[in-house]
Amino acid sequence: MLTIKNLESGYAQLRVLKNISLHVRPGEIVTIIGANGAGKTTLVHVVAGLLRPWHGELLFQGEDITHTSPEAMATLGCVLVPEGRQVFASMNVEDNLLLGGTTLRRARGTAAVREEMENQYVRFPVLAERRKQLAGTLSGGEQQMLAMARALMARPRLVMMDEPSTGLAPLIVQEIFTIIAQLRAEGNTVLLIEQNAKAALEVADRGYVLETGKIILQGKASELLANNDVQRAYLGREQIG
Amino acid sequence: MLWEPDKERIQADELKQLQLERLQSTLYRVGTHVPFYRKKFEELRFNHDDIRSLDDLRRLPFTVKQDLRDNYPYGLFAVPLRDVVRVHASSGTTGQATVVGYTKNDINTWSNLVARIITAAGVSKNDVIQIAFGYGLFTGGFGLHYGAELIGCSVIPISSGNTRRQIQIMQDFKSTALVSTPSYSLVLADTMMEMGINPNGLSLRYGLFGGEPWSESMRREVNQKLGILATDNYGLSEVMGPGISGECLECNGLHINEDHFLVEVLDPVTLEPVPEGEIGELVITTLTKEAFPMIRYRTRDLTRILPGSCPCGRSFRRMERVMGRSDDMLIIKGVNIFPLQIEKVLFDVEGTQPHYQIVVEREHHADRVTVLVEVTEALFSDQMRKQRQIVDQIKRRLSSELGVAIEVKLVEEKTLERSEGKAKRVIDKRSF
Repeated sequence: MLTIKNLESGYAQLRVLKNISLHVRPGEIVTIIGANGAGKTTLVHVVAGLLRPWHGELLFQGEDITHTSPEAMATLGCVLVPEGRQVFASMNVEDNLLLGGTTLRRARGTAAVREEMENQYVRFPVLAERRKQLAGTLSGGEQQMLAMARALMARPRLVMMDEPSTGLAPLIVQEIFTIIAQLRAEGNTVLLIEQNAKAALEVADRGYVLETGKIILQGKASELLANNDVQRAYLGREQIG
Repeated sequence: MLWEPDKERIQADELKQLQLERLQSTLYRVGTHVPFYRKKFEELRFNHDDIRSLDDLRRLPFTVKQDLRDNYPYGLFAVPLRDVVRVHASSGTTGQATVVGYTKNDINTWSNLVARIITAAGVSKNDVIQIAFGYGLFTGGFGLHYGAELIGCSVIPISSGNTRRQIQIMQDFKSTALVSTPSYSLVLADTMMEMGINPNGLSLRYGLFGGEPWSESMRREVNQKLGILATDNYGLSEVMGPGISGECLECNGLHINEDHFLVEVLDPVTLEPVPEGEIGELVITTLTKEAFPMIRYRTRDLTRILPGSCPCGRSFRRMERVMGRSDDMLIIKGVNIFPLQIEKVLFDVEGTQPHYQIVVEREHHADRVTVLVEVTEALFSDQMRKQRQIVDQIKRRLSSELGVAIEVKLVEEKTLERSEGKAKRVIDKRSF
């Protein structure tokens, strides 16, 4: 689905990502965990076409996407659920979803968009209840669901989620992760960026640990959960040696 | 049968990507956590970020057995000892033992890779597997044990030694698979004869052999004498133990678990890659080990990569069975000779036993090689003329095969020392 080889990127003079290689197979949940400032968001921004790679190869479904624009990436089926939801606060829920359906409307027409919107309401019943409500008035958890639903409106092949758990109450976080697992069960492919390493590794198939712009560990999610370095650094489990 | 079909049938480009990712993170870890590698990388002005393709591996330093000895016991571990759940040591066939460690994840990976090898050799959860490798510091016993248990075999952890008891248990417990060195399987076969036990009356069906080089003719001998299907598997404790590669039922080369090990075949003298398909020294880099990663470990084992794909469906490349050790290689009058080349000739000669020893001496600055071969009792006691014929035949074939003259001496059955582990084939009396 997605293959990245030796990626380097950053902002102005600042090199954030150093020689990153990773891949995502169809139907997988792959998570990238790491501390604040490790380069996780930079990485998904490069994939989404929001930031230029300085060096390296990016392939999406076998196609070179090194210089693809964000619009083209969305059309190819790669969507981003941005950090901090970024819903359109002054628009209602339905209009937010319609905006997410732009690429779908162009490809399949308005009927398909209507149908997809109903799918989202089934997936997120709370959004159906609030379809006429302004997005800015939703709770944090509801806004996160709206951001996810908006992304799914494009019927994407790859959903990238940047910190979906940020600022949410533990119960809501649990709900969000249940939905992510459900997405995989429906055949979706997810690239999940998380600081909440434990929750992310519990839902993911595989994971990469990003530290100061480098991948220092990778493997099956269950292996990373069992890895002592991960436990010490990200799961707050210090053993007495 | 495949243990992990999706992984063992991985596509070439997907495998390359996986290997690169794993190599990059392994290099980061050894460069950060292992002082030995950190120093070597600094000396070479090598930054782990510089690895952009698998070919860049060639810029990395080698690791040799002596490096393990110099860092005895824990110097090369990449994790603190509290993260290590198991310690093994090399069998120490030559010199001081070397120590290796495993994290919990390493043990899981190891079991899984051995499970692949055992499955490839035809064994399933319905089998009763008798593990006659030594248990203890040696990786053979425990390595096979955990893999077999993961599959769900009924495991008999009998360990090595006590041949008659092995046979008794094999008979009573109805073992269907045997794990041992190939030479020990012949010791078992001979002992069965002595005990008046017909191997065909046993339940034994599969033999999983490793730990020492053996030839195709020896396989035929084992198959025929024990009535089993013998496969070869390969490993060495410095890299992990068993589980690195193993034969499938096609019996045509050992599939390398390439998603966990990166292999190179190099000329042992120039250390440059040999052309694809030619014999050289196997050099291994681990891709997933946590506690004891190895970068370009020189195994001293000689093999080659076999061309073409395998009908079994595994996409991993195959290595030929190990043909000997680069430091066992005898240089006789300037010719490189491997004990296995001699073994091959012996097996093709009727009347000889699969037990032999190669003695190398130096007289008046000239090397002399004598091969001691056991022959059947009948032949040894009275058929002088037949004996002469056999000696001539072996001599002729050896000299045409190897290009140097080799003395041949027939000895009575069971005069050569038997080994329960690795057979000692070469006795080099030369002093340099």
